[in-house]
Amino acid sequence: MSTDWFHRQEAGITTPTQEKKETPDGLWHGCPKCKVIVSAEDHVNNVWVCGNCGFHNGIDAKEYFSFLFDGGNYTELNPTMVSKDPLQFEDTKKYSDRLKATQVKTGLQDALTSATGEMNGIPVAIAAMNFKFIGGSMGSVVGEKIARTIDYSLKHNIPFIMISKSGGARMMEAAFSLMQMAKTSAKLALLDEAKIPYISLLTDPTTGGVTASYAMLGDINIAEPGALIGFAGPRVVKETIGKDLPDGFQTSEFVKEHGFLDFIVERKHLKARMSQWLRFVGNLPAPVKAE
Amino acid sequence: MDYLDFEAPIRELDEQIAKAHALQAESGVDMKDSLVELEAKLAEAQAELKASLSPWQRVQLSRHTGRPYTMAYIEAMTGGEFIEMHGDRHVKDDKAMVGGWGAIEGESFLFIGQQKGVNTKMRQLRNFGMANPEGYRKALRLMKQAEKFGRPIVTLIDTPGAFPGLEAEERGQGEAIARNILEMARLKVPVICIIIGEGASGGALGIGVGDRVMMLENTWYSVISPESCSSILWRSWDFKETAAEALKLTANDMLKNGLIDGIIEEPAGGAHRDPEGMFQTLSAEILRMYRELKDLPSDQLVAERIEKFCGMGVYEESAS
Repeated sequence: MSTDWFHRQEAGITTPTQEKKETPDGLWHGCPKCKVIVSAEDHVNNVWVCGNCGFHNGIDAKEYFSFLFDGGNYTELNPTMVSKDPLQFEDTKKYSDRLKATQVKTGLQDALTSATGEMNGIPVAIAAMNFKFIGGSMGSVVGEKIARTIDYSLKHNIPFIMISKSGGARMMEAAFSLMQMAKTSAKLALLDEAKIPYISLLTDPTTGGVTASYAMLGDINIAEPGALIGFAGPRVVKETIGKDLPDGFQTSEFVKEHGFLDFIVERKHLKARMSQWLRFVGNLPAPVKAE
Repeated sequence: MDYLDFEAPIRELDEQIAKAHALQAESGVDMKDSLVELEAKLAEAQAELKASLSPWQRVQLSRHTGRPYTMAYIEAMTGGEFIEMHGDRHVKDDKAMVGGWGAIEGESFLFIGQQKGVNTKMRQLRNFGMANPEGYRKALRLMKQAEKFGRPIVTLIDTPGAFPGLEAEERGQGEAIARNILEMARLKVPVICIIIGEGASGGALGIGVGDRVMMLENTWYSVISPESCSSILWRSWDFKETAAEALKLTANDMLKNGLIDGIIEEPAGGAHRDPEGMFQTLSAEILRMYRELKDLPSDQLVAERIEKFCGMGVYEESAS
């Protein structure tokens, strides 16, 4: 019996190595959901949202600041604050080493960046989480920087916006991490007493101690479409109930249907919708030219 | 009485003492001298154990099956005159969270706490002390009632965590805990929180924001249980002892790190060895703390409470 069919008759890849074209990094963006490819420039102009399927790619604080603050102009608050290692925590790696390595890799100091500037002419203070820094986990620096951003809002009597994106508590800071829930919520009580508006934006993912503190305490809680939002992670819930989770469980849409979000907003409308709400609650005049 | 493996020397002495008593009752032989000697040995063994307990052993003691739970404390401390209040006024009555009014030596308090079950059937009814959102909302409703009437609040914390179920998510477990934390921070009456067993994470903190946060000697309080921490950070359940060390979750470590206000001593061998003694100690401690707090103006009480929690955290900044 012939086994010719088994043997390759022609070479598979016929492009000689020297003629191969390298695709330069960063010029193109492929959507992780629908796979459509766009130029990196178009991707940024579309605020990191797929123009084809609407998938919201995860972005960190600096990216949000670039389109929320007018002209991309803002002043960063407390830029030099870094975590210490109060418990000398060590799992498979020393926490102090993990911190240093992550700082080098990400160019960030910790999982939160805060800034102040104008949003459609309204002065605001924004604290936003960086998921790429140890999963956006909440340790002492995250808590303290949120507290100080709220202090800044209180001092200058300007609205506070919190952009959450976090797996929850930072285990390597154990109970120090837990108490950041109390610290941030206590500060929000002061903001509430002062009747200063607080917008909480939940993005993918927002879970654990972050959901169980500042993320759920906005005068309005809003979310980007399709974000994972919950207290317990889906894996834990699945183990608890011992069966598969219903479709769409713990998505923004699910959380809104159950009454815990005021509305869901696409990223391209985020700035306009937030400023609009701030103008209504503050009875401010409409801007001459909204961005 | 159940014994933990490291309680073996105590078990042996307990048995010898029981035998001596039985012999005395049976035969009329005077065992006084050997009983005195055995009791002394027992005290010594308990002191030795206390000095050598590892963090993981403390965790085991906090879950000892003989340890009193919230309702036992409340009933004993209020002399059986406790009125339990039910329901969050929205969904249902959560049996994992109890609350109501009672008095200690003539001073009325609003008591709140997670309740574990004392046997298999009750453990199911009490959901192992894991409250749902309606439990946290019931707790808040009652705490606001105490505030309305200007009476102090005592919370007894004993939970392996807030319940991570499907309906808990649907009904906003995160929001319920968050709301409690914020509202507790600004309650205008004294709030005394005591960890009497397990203080697991947000589920504990949801009734844990107070002017005084105390831990009984053999309890733990952290952001996660040692078992879950082991499974997440080491990707195995086998590192729970190491995780218990690393988390610095004992009362001593929590006090040293400035995250609680004090430690309440347990009877020799632990609360399970002498519940009555434990109840008396706790009653006295609650009254002592209440006397320190009751005359403070509410503005000062709230400001100091918020300031205390806002001071928690370790970080550094370079001059720029």
